[in-house]
Amino acid sequence: MSEGVDLKKRRLLTLSTAVIGAVGAGAVAVPFVMSWQPSARAKAAGAPVEADISKLEEGQLLRVKWRGKPVWVVRRTAKNLEDLPKLDGTLADPASEVDQQPAYCKNPIRSIKPEYLIAIGICTHLGCSPTYRPDVAPADLGADWLGGFFCPCHGSKFDLAGRVYAGVPAPTNLVIPPHSYLSDKVVLIGVDGGAS
Amino acid sequence: MSALQNMVGWIDDRFPMTKVWNEHLAQYYAPKNFNFWYFFGSLAMLVLVIQILTGLWLAMMYKPDADLAFASVEYIMRDVNWGWLIRYMHSTGASAFFLVIYLHMFRGLMYGSYRKPRELLWIIGMVIYVAMMATAFMGYLLPWGQMSLWGAAVIVNLFQAIPIVGEDLAVWIRGDFVISDVTLNRFFALHFVLPFVLAALVFVHIVALHKVGSNNPDGIEIKKGPKGNKWSDTAPADGIPFHPYYSVKDIAGIIVFLMFFAGIVFFAPEGGGYFLEAPNFEPANPLKTPEHIAPVWYFTPFYAILRAVPSFAGTQVWGVIAMGAAIVVLFLLPWLDRSPVKSIRYKGGLYKGFLAMFVVVFVVLGWLGTQPATALYTLFAQIATTLYFAFFFLMPWFSKADKTKPVPERVTK
Repeated sequence: MSEGVDLKKRRLLTLSTAVIGAVGAGAVAVPFVMSWQPSARAKAAGAPVEADISKLEEGQLLRVKWRGKPVWVVRRTAKNLEDLPKLDGTLADPASEVDQQPAYCKNPIRSIKPEYLIAIGICTHLGCSPTYRPDVAPADLGADWLGGFFCPCHGSKFDLAGRVYAGVPAPTNLVIPPHSYLSDKVVLIGVDGGAS
Repeated sequence: MSALQNMVGWIDDRFPMTKVWNEHLAQYYAPKNFNFWYFFGSLAMLVLVIQILTGLWLAMMYKPDADLAFASVEYIMRDVNWGWLIRYMHSTGASAFFLVIYLHMFRGLMYGSYRKPRELLWIIGMVIYVAMMATAFMGYLLPWGQMSLWGAAVIVNLFQAIPIVGEDLAVWIRGDFVISDVTLNRFFALHFVLPFVLAALVFVHIVALHKVGSNNPDGIEIKKGPKGNKWSDTAPADGIPFHPYYSVKDIAGIIVFLMFFAGIVFFAPEGGGYFLEAPNFEPANPLKTPEHIAPVWYFTPFYAILRAVPSFAGTQVWGVIAMGAAIVVLFLLPWLDRSPVKSIRYKGGLYKGFLAMFVVVFVVLGWLGTQPATALYTLFAQIATTLYFAFFFLMPWFSKADKTKPVPERVTK
């Protein structure tokens, strides 16, 4: 019997209480879920870094630290850029098919501006930091060496676009970090450029 | 009435103590034909207790801090009285847990214990298995050795392969852009709480089991058979009270199990590099990756499946999907098996052949997952992965086409 009981009203009240309760439970979940996001401290350590490249001479390498890893900025010479295509036959992944770079650096020279190579200086094999060897045909690397990076730990070789040679322990090309140019002089490492 | 009976009566008026005891132990009638394979359920509970107890003690001495964690484990091993024993019991217990659970699951596969009316029982069991894997994975990060760090890095990076949200999800799980102190701290908290979730799930598993009653090696429903046994006129004729018959049987199993367990704890705690991996004796170093990363043995079948699937269409998400599917498909087992009989005893050669193949494939995948992925091994893993899924996806066919034997009315000896 529902004498004196407004069932419709009761249903409405039950439903609205349940909905409001669910919204409240959902809202209170937000701080719990969001607290798992990187803290301000973690974000500061992972924040993008600016590098002033105005004083970089041709052939020079600049080291910048980003997220605890070394990032290289290399100013390549016109000769270097001319040499790059010649190496295609000796490389494991000359066209950068493996996803080791942002889409805007998936080109033969693996950079935004042809002159500047920006790469994470960590060997993709076991994480040693390779040595910069711009010298052409040194005694230890052979007459065919046109400049690049040599990993002293296990002998992996990379060219001046960070592309890995075939037959070395490292499986993939060096990682190109997301980066963008704030001006001709300053590059921002760690974020993709909006316009570029 | 004696004072003890008075006491029991007083409690029973306020809490259903005797009722619970009878319903789940003294008057829970289990089939009388349980065999060797029925040890592993109670052994799994024993191992869970070992893990919670030793884990609680380890938590009293361990420091979940990237700067202190590795040294605190060494402190437990070298300086804490009997600390080495407690830690080795815990690390061996992890492997023992999975071994026992794999055998427990295989028992279900053999005797059709997932078939109607035990579908939900099987699904609850699968949830326990997934929760166990999460617990084990998080626990492996805690010693903060090289394999801890890089193993976790590889697994968390799996989430990164998920399109669109993957990158953000991985960062959210880590709480950082790399596996760091933040990750270690939260994994410790989760590793601590999950075993209690597991214990609750085990409770639910047993409630479900006692609702439908235990299956048996004949796959016969004793509740549908004749009634009346030595203890009760209404109980199934083929049932015997769990206590004392199976409680005593399980204790005998526990003693044998503990002999092997103690043998490993005392004489081979590293399990030949499979229980504790060599690179984990080196502190975590984010700048140097170990030569060869392999998960602990109980994850390697799924790791092999992950690596077997090549990346195409510009993403490596397919391997992750295959690995997930390898686990999800187990949930569906009750609906894939269309055989008119439950137990392998009355199934034909076709089903037995497929089950044997599945066991071989699972072991082969497990071994491949510990090895570096050479071209040849990858090919093997691809074949084994195909066969793994073939077992499940062909089951509706071969379980039906199979030539079964007639099932007897009553359980056999």
